[in-house]
Amino acid sequence: MTQGNEFGLYLALIPLLPLAGAVLNGLFGRYTSARVSGLFASAAIGASFVLALLLFFRLGELPPEARSISVSYVDWIRAGGLQLDWQLLLDPLSMVYALFVSGVATLIHVYSIGYMAKEPCFARYFAYLNLFCFSMLILVLGGNYLVMFLGWEGVGLCSYLLIGFWFGDREKASAGKKAFIVNRIGDFGFLLALFLLFSQLGTLDYGGVFSEIGGYPQGHWLPTAAALLLFLGAVGKSAQIPLYVWLPDAMAGPTPVSALIHAATMVTAGIYMIGRSHAIYTLAPEALLVVAVVGALTALFAATIGLAQNDIKKVLAYSTVSQLGYMFLGMGVGAYTAGLFHVLTHAFFKALLFLGAGAVIHALHHVYHEVGEHHRDAQDMRNMGGLRRRLPVTYWTFLAATLAIAGFPPFAGFFSKDEILWQAFNTGHWPLWLMGLLAAGLTSFYMFRLLFMTFHGTYRGREGEERHFRENPPSILLPLVLLAVLSMVAGFWGLPHFLDFAHLGNRFDDYLAPVFHAGTDLHFQQELVTHGSAALEWLLALLAVGVAVAGLLAARRMYLADPALPGRLAQRHPKLYDRLLNKWYVDELYERVVVKPVRALCDFFWHHVDELVIDGLVNGLARACKEGGNLVRRLQSGRLPQYLAAMALGLTAILGWIFYL
Amino acid sequence: MSEYLLPLVTFFPLLALPALLLIPSRATGALKWTALFFGLAEFLISLPLFFRFDVSRGGEMQFPVSCEWTPDLDFVFHMGLDGISLMLVLLTTLLLPVCILASWNIRQSLKGYLCMYFLMTVGMVGVFTALDMVLFYVFWELVLIPMYFLIGIWGGKRRIYAALKFVLFTITGSVLMLLAILFVYWNTNLPGGGHSFDLLQIFEHFRADAGVQRWLFLAFALAFAIKVPMVPFHTWLPDAHVEAPTGGSVILAGVLLKMGTYGFLRFAMPLFPAALQLMLPILVALSVVGVVYGAMVSLVQKDVKKLVAYSSVSHMGFVMLGLFALNVQGVSGAVLQMVNHGISTGALFIAVGVIYERRHTRMIDEFGGLASQMPVYAFVLLVFCLSSIGLPGLNGFVGEFMILLGAFQSQPVPTIVAATGVILAAVYILWMVQRVLFGPVDNPQNRGLKDLDLRELLVFAPLLILVVWIGVYPDTFLDRINPAVEATLELMRNR
Repeated sequence: MTQGNEFGLYLALIPLLPLAGAVLNGLFGRYTSARVSGLFASAAIGASFVLALLLFFRLGELPPEARSISVSYVDWIRAGGLQLDWQLLLDPLSMVYALFVSGVATLIHVYSIGYMAKEPCFARYFAYLNLFCFSMLILVLGGNYLVMFLGWEGVGLCSYLLIGFWFGDREKASAGKKAFIVNRIGDFGFLLALFLLFSQLGTLDYGGVFSEIGGYPQGHWLPTAAALLLFLGAVGKSAQIPLYVWLPDAMAGPTPVSALIHAATMVTAGIYMIGRSHAIYTLAPEALLVVAVVGALTALFAATIGLAQNDIKKVLAYSTVSQLGYMFLGMGVGAYTAGLFHVLTHAFFKALLFLGAGAVIHALHHVYHEVGEHHRDAQDMRNMGGLRRRLPVTYWTFLAATLAIAGFPPFAGFFSKDEILWQAFNTGHWPLWLMGLLAAGLTSFYMFRLLFMTFHGTYRGREGEERHFRENPPSILLPLVLLAVLSMVAGFWGLPHFLDFAHLGNRFDDYLAPVFHAGTDLHFQQELVTHGSAALEWLLALLAVGVAVAGLLAARRMYLADPALPGRLAQRHPKLYDRLLNKWYVDELYERVVVKPVRALCDFFWHHVDELVIDGLVNGLARACKEGGNLVRRLQSGRLPQYLAAMALGLTAILGWIFYL
Repeated sequence: MSEYLLPLVTFFPLLALPALLLIPSRATGALKWTALFFGLAEFLISLPLFFRFDVSRGGEMQFPVSCEWTPDLDFVFHMGLDGISLMLVLLTTLLLPVCILASWNIRQSLKGYLCMYFLMTVGMVGVFTALDMVLFYVFWELVLIPMYFLIGIWGGKRRIYAALKFVLFTITGSVLMLLAILFVYWNTNLPGGGHSFDLLQIFEHFRADAGVQRWLFLAFALAFAIKVPMVPFHTWLPDAHVEAPTGGSVILAGVLLKMGTYGFLRFAMPLFPAALQLMLPILVALSVVGVVYGAMVSLVQKDVKKLVAYSSVSHMGFVMLGLFALNVQGVSGAVLQMVNHGISTGALFIAVGVIYERRHTRMIDEFGGLASQMPVYAFVLLVFCLSSIGLPGLNGFVGEFMILLGAFQSQPVPTIVAATGVILAAVYILWMVQRVLFGPVDNPQNRGLKDLDLRELLVFAPLLILVVWIGVYPDTFLDRINPAVEATLELMRNR
């Protein structure tokens, strides 16, 4: 690693600018208007993006092997052998993350100006949003595990604050709390991993940890344990089985927040962490297998729940959980760059999907406001339909994102998802590949179901409401259009070689190569990503597209051609439908198996152990003393003869003792 | 000058007593301002301890004072201050003006109330600086009396029960400690003949085999464990906290409990290292039980103050675990966490006091939606809550992280159990936050509650600054703590 003082200042400013924005908005935001506050916050994160771009080009000027710049600013915690600094690291991996985080965040800030215009607490909103950007950028730019952990917890805090942004609603506040607590369970694993690494390696610097751990043989318990504990952290933050339950509830937050935090950036932190720690994971094949299996299971499981949800944001939430599963599948089969590429493309199209959903909700709110309707749910797709004529820009951008996530070439999602599936198959994990393929079909189905229910057919609201629809303001539409463009073209940055007719090479792989091909894991990497036959790759890609088309056709038949069909299906399989609709009753299961017993145990400790046993003993002792005192007190009667008699008795006893013993 | 500094800081608060006693009881304003003046003066006087502290000799006793007191009885007036004492003394002198300012609305016998704080401060500073066992014991007991009155006179409905419980628990422990001190005295044989109460002499010349050490250690440990408090000696704490006035709770949680942990670190552990090794498994187990048990009982409390009180049991369990890690990270983390707990939990008690003054209830169910009525208060409370549950970037994290990191190296399995306390802390604190601050304002009495005023902001301000300072740049404090901790560990290894 090179010490780059020339980079140091700019590098530090990338996270610090949004922090300054958060502080200023928090202190003075209430004295300004929503627009000023929003523009200020957008400028802060926009400046970070510009700086990140600048560093991107500067970094590109360096030879690939020198593209790792670690800067220590000031010491943080020191005690004995523990030496942790405020330290940042710029390398291709953190560069990619910093770029898309600040870029997407800027767009979402701008979007928020229009979306939150009527919100009274706009300054608080933008302060939180800026604070989130600070934390996220610290997370990805941090130069040791503890700085990463600071960002890790920081994004969790902002997520908590923003999910519960409308804290007057008990359910929303509760969703925020749930997110924080479930994440804490993951953090417990993260922390233990750090303790373990420190106790064995004596350092928590990336450089130190990775070079020290390189001395351990593959399959050794230390990298395996560390990798699994770190993965527990990732499972919490990136909403995988069994800790995914907080993410769907997190949709209680404002929609731009869902787009930024709960789709594009924060929830991919777990994948980043694995990518960053690849030196550990590569030495722990069992742990990697766990990652891959959990990822594949989550991808499939969450997709099934997505099939039956009626809340537009809930569908997208489960879709996010499912897509994150793909990324872990990619990481787990050792195809790190494939997993990370999906992070990137997903950031574009999933942010777009959420922002599009937000645009629909915003428009519906406007309509309900106009007609004086207060009770209808603006997020329920059963109240929508036929909106493509009313919201054309929203529709077309949404369509682009849907095609991308469903995996239609040449949209971005196709390339990244196909790469993951191909690597899963190619490394011999064909059952996982099959699960991924199935999930891809389900994804295509529920996404087109969403598209058709929302934008196609006829409007299912009241008559006369339709004319109140108005396409959203430019601050909302501009980010949609930009993200739509990115969703269409981003895939070409990571072109798979079998489609690479012009021999451009996989630029994304090449860019990240210095991170992943450096050091000890070189041969393992190459072993994993062996190039199978191009014919097989073609076949699998065609299969994936076929599955996506099948999903599209099924959705078309059920929600356009024969709208009564879903109802009939639900009637024919009431149990299955009920389980899908109620998310397999996992929340209820946790409530019964974890929450209630723990609370009962707490009550038992308080009322029985503390109050009954300990205080009972103490108070009993006190009472015994008092009673004893009362007994003895009777001796002090004040009657002289009694005292004399006692004295005589006592004297006799003492004399007797002296003489006869 | 520097040889007078420690006695000055220790006894300066006594000057406030005649000043307060001369002011007529009815002039409450004058009483409060005088008290605040002396409180601030005490804090300012203690600051040179920090600035003139020689970091390069952080492990030695600085600003030493030693003079004959009662030569026939071998008592020596011996005081000194290393990095560990320094932190706790400063915490004490900082909390004095903070408590006075937080007690602005006390009506009942204000004069006596204020006097109690100054008396207590003498005792507390003395405890942390005394290097003579008798002197230490005198200060130790001195603290007890004003706190007894604070709870018993200015407390809530069950104040008599709580005050008695507090005193009886504490006395039970300290009587045995006194016996142990005398035993140690008789067995400290100076080379020139005679015995000594002087701690440094004792360290050098006191020898006892493991069997004897065990009984002595138990006597000391009981006194300290009750004070900390370690489970199962903790039940006096929730009662004392709930009944005590706000300022009393702040001092109780902020400083008094640290007398227990300090006692372990300064006396019980280095005096009887063989016994410590013998008892270590039990002590570690009790610490871990304290962490988890305190957190779990905290979870089901209906009274905010009792919730914070039980959370103290949990946090002090962390501190004890750090001490028993017996390495620099763990012990330094424990010392830092003593300070952190004093700041954060002290602030939480003040925050509870703020809403108690407005609503005359502390029942969580009575609140809800306060964030919309008192946004500044909500922000302040949230920051201290986050500090208390160890959010990185704030003070609590640094201490907790160092403790767990250190403890993991010597006690991996207990540490894993204790680390679940981190999850539980988030549960009980955030659940409380949600029920107090968030949700709709469905109780009309909570509508239109006044937000923090300037005085209340000033109470919180220094604590807020420290929360961030220690979170971001703890080295200011660790630089002074680490050498002292290393010296103490060295002492334990060599004895």
